[in-house]
Amino acid sequence: MTPLPLAPIVLTPLVVLALATVLTWVERRLLGLWQDRYGPNRVGPGGMFQAVADGIKLLFKQDWVPPFADRGVFVLAPAIGMMTVLLSFAVIPLAAGGIAGGLNVGLLFILAMMGLGVYAVVLAGWASDSKYALLGGMRAAAQMISYEVFMALSLLGVVMVAGSFSLRDIVAAQSGLWFIIPQGLGFVVFLLAGIAETHRLPFDLPEGENELGAGFHTEYSGMKFGMFFIAEYAGIVLVSALATTLYLGGGNGLLLPAPVWFALKTGVIVAFFILLRAGLPRPRYDQLMGLGWKVLLPLSLLNVLATGTVMMLRAS
Amino acid sequence: MLDTLRTLLLTFLHGFHRRATVQYPEQQPYLPPRYRGRIILSRDPDGGERCVACNLCAVACPVDCISLQKTERDGRWYPDYFRINFSRCIFCGFCEEACPTYAIQLTPDFEMGEYARPNLVYEKEDLLISGTGKYPGYSFHHVAGVPIPGKDRGASEHERAPIDLHSLLP
Repeated sequence: MTPLPLAPIVLTPLVVLALATVLTWVERRLLGLWQDRYGPNRVGPGGMFQAVADGIKLLFKQDWVPPFADRGVFVLAPAIGMMTVLLSFAVIPLAAGGIAGGLNVGLLFILAMMGLGVYAVVLAGWASDSKYALLGGMRAAAQMISYEVFMALSLLGVVMVAGSFSLRDIVAAQSGLWFIIPQGLGFVVFLLAGIAETHRLPFDLPEGENELGAGFHTEYSGMKFGMFFIAEYAGIVLVSALATTLYLGGGNGLLLPAPVWFALKTGVIVAFFILLRAGLPRPRYDQLMGLGWKVLLPLSLLNVLATGTVMMLRAS
Repeated sequence: MLDTLRTLLLTFLHGFHRRATVQYPEQQPYLPPRYRGRIILSRDPDGGERCVACNLCAVACPVDCISLQKTERDGRWYPDYFRINFSRCIFCGFCEEACPTYAIQLTPDFEMGEYARPNLVYEKEDLLISGTGKYPGYSFHHVAGVPIPGKDRGASEHERAPIDLHSLLP
């Protein structure tokens, strides 16, 4: 039994929370940049402390639970959302292995946590006992469960090539060639599924503020809403870090140390996520489901088939 | 598919465009000379108040934000009080158009923010400026036929003396 890695256990959640908070500001600035405006640039240098100001505002807001809501579940839902995302970070080999970067079922653990993350949204929608929240929760359930299928299938190619579920081994297997080259199709499918999984624009139908108010978190206020918010941004970081780990070679790179490379690659993918939000409109719900089942599912199955064929031909 | 990628590319290229935002308090926006902002009351070239309390501005005002009372001093009409409620004013400029003496004028200034609503009610002393505003050299009483102390009927500019009707009798 190895001693518990105390420093990473304490630091990882703090760093992730801080990152997610700063990301709210980064996103608004980048959206501003791409829409020919400035975004928040008043609080602190370049508006950097906007996230802090927002946090203070959320903390001082009235924490109101609607009288018609199912109180216990209502309070539990944001906690689940936050917890699953934070737990997923345990197996990401952020720098020198993370907390449990070598866990031999690391990838399965992350998929399991993402599966549990659906509960946060569904329970929030259900416990709110409000039509918009319920519609949002319902959409979220269908969307996240179906996109989870392709996400897992698209990751299968990586697992087949690397021969391991451990994220550390997968990174090690990419020391020669990043998996984005042989698994390009899987990368695209994974990224699309990741957007849907974190219900980010353009796949933010569970929230859909123009039609559903705010979707599943319509009835949430104060720091409970803040937790959904931060969990969403932490989810973006998670998916980006996962994409970096699985397809872009993790911390592998020339000259610079591994953590810097990891942060750079993750940052590029996060920026791409924000670019998607700046550029694309939200599809209709049937288009979203159609894209999933009619395009992405066959594509990911094809990817698995092709990977398997190539591996068999190589072996023989 | 391709159009989606093209959209993303174009959006990304917008990162290299100039930003449209005017950083307002540091960077003042351009206000044309005839911008309709805060209302003022101007004075004669001699320094006297131009307003003759005719009430035309108050009548023209579509939101009834102007309130004034006539008084007489030295044989001339003046507003006793002149009050504009800027929390109602819509800056339409009808008062300026209605004014026969060029007294009431709109200026290119909109920075009138207040924390308390009553502070937006401007009295005559707040409205009066020391100069002539947009019409330098114009003095209503010098061109109008109305007699004032020191200027009899017919003594205005471009005005002939009134005809003595008795002299026309056969």
